[in-house]
Amino acid sequence: MKKVIFKHDECKGCGLCAAVCPKKIIFFDKSINPNGFHPATVDEQDKCISCGFCATMCPDLIITVRKEV
Amino acid sequence: MKTVFEKTKGLTDKTFHYCPGCTHGIVHRLVAESLVELNVLDKAIGVAPVGCSVFAYEYFNCDMQQASHGRAPAVATGIKRVLPDSIVFTYQGDGDLASIGSAEIMHAAARGENITVIYVNNAIFGMTGGQMAPTTLIGQVTTTSPNGRDPLTDGYPINMSEMLAQLIGSTYIERVSITNVKNVKHAKKAIKKAFENQINNKGFSMIEILSTCPTNWGMTPLDSLKWLDEKMQSVFPLGVFKEVK
Repeated sequence: MKKVIFKHDECKGCGLCAAVCPKKIIFFDKSINPNGFHPATVDEQDKCISCGFCATMCPDLIITVRKEV
Repeated sequence: MKTVFEKTKGLTDKTFHYCPGCTHGIVHRLVAESLVELNVLDKAIGVAPVGCSVFAYEYFNCDMQQASHGRAPAVATGIKRVLPDSIVFTYQGDGDLASIGSAEIMHAAARGENITVIYVNNAIFGMTGGQMAPTTLIGQVTTTSPNGRDPLTDGYPINMSEMLAQLIGSTYIERVSITNVKNVKHAKKAIKKAFENQINNKGFSMIEILSTCPTNWGMTPLDSLKWLDEKMQSVFPLGVFKEVK
């Protein structure tokens, strides 16, 4: 199960999420979304600590964060 | 797996039209989350301004009304007086509240209307293309001050929070920013408190949120946050300017 999920089609690539990520695992995908932006992505899901900082700063609310219980 | 963060039910599914990195989206979220957490979303009525956030009525999942330029506090006054049980808020930018709407906001505060004002200050007119606003800093370059704002011809920025805090009618005035996770969390607390004041019939509350405009400032979203912290906060200091217990 993914811990952090991005709605890629709605991302505007502003980079506020990547800047606050304490684990620095957010990067911008090479692909281009329908709005013409490189969407923010996380591949290393196991490194995510579910802190939610990325979602707190995301102005477009495209991030959902989950935590293992 | 437990969900620790997802888009609040206080907002619709519609994608924001704001520019990349514009912090309007964060402020929308804080307002909507506060309404949901205080359990007043179904009796909330928002008043949208003229400016970038003119389409706020498409994003908030509560009743909304769109007011003429600057007149949101006057419209909110009418709504609150006719429907005193509703929770009424205005969502205004600095071009709306501090320039054309300065009379309406002053008198709504002076009358001590029991409304909540969310004032988003980004020191520029965003929607119309980056013209100088009353809140533009001295020396700041805009499309109508290409050599930087000169106080000899253009005057000085207006500090609305300090002004409104002087009025006897205002109850709670605070200035916050959203430049990092800590500030966003603090801004949420302030917004929630402003709505709690209204629920407890305490009177007029205004939260001024320092915000960015990467497009019209001509900066990347990250540089904008840094500029806000370094330059804007020296002119618009954060803090509580008035709180009547």
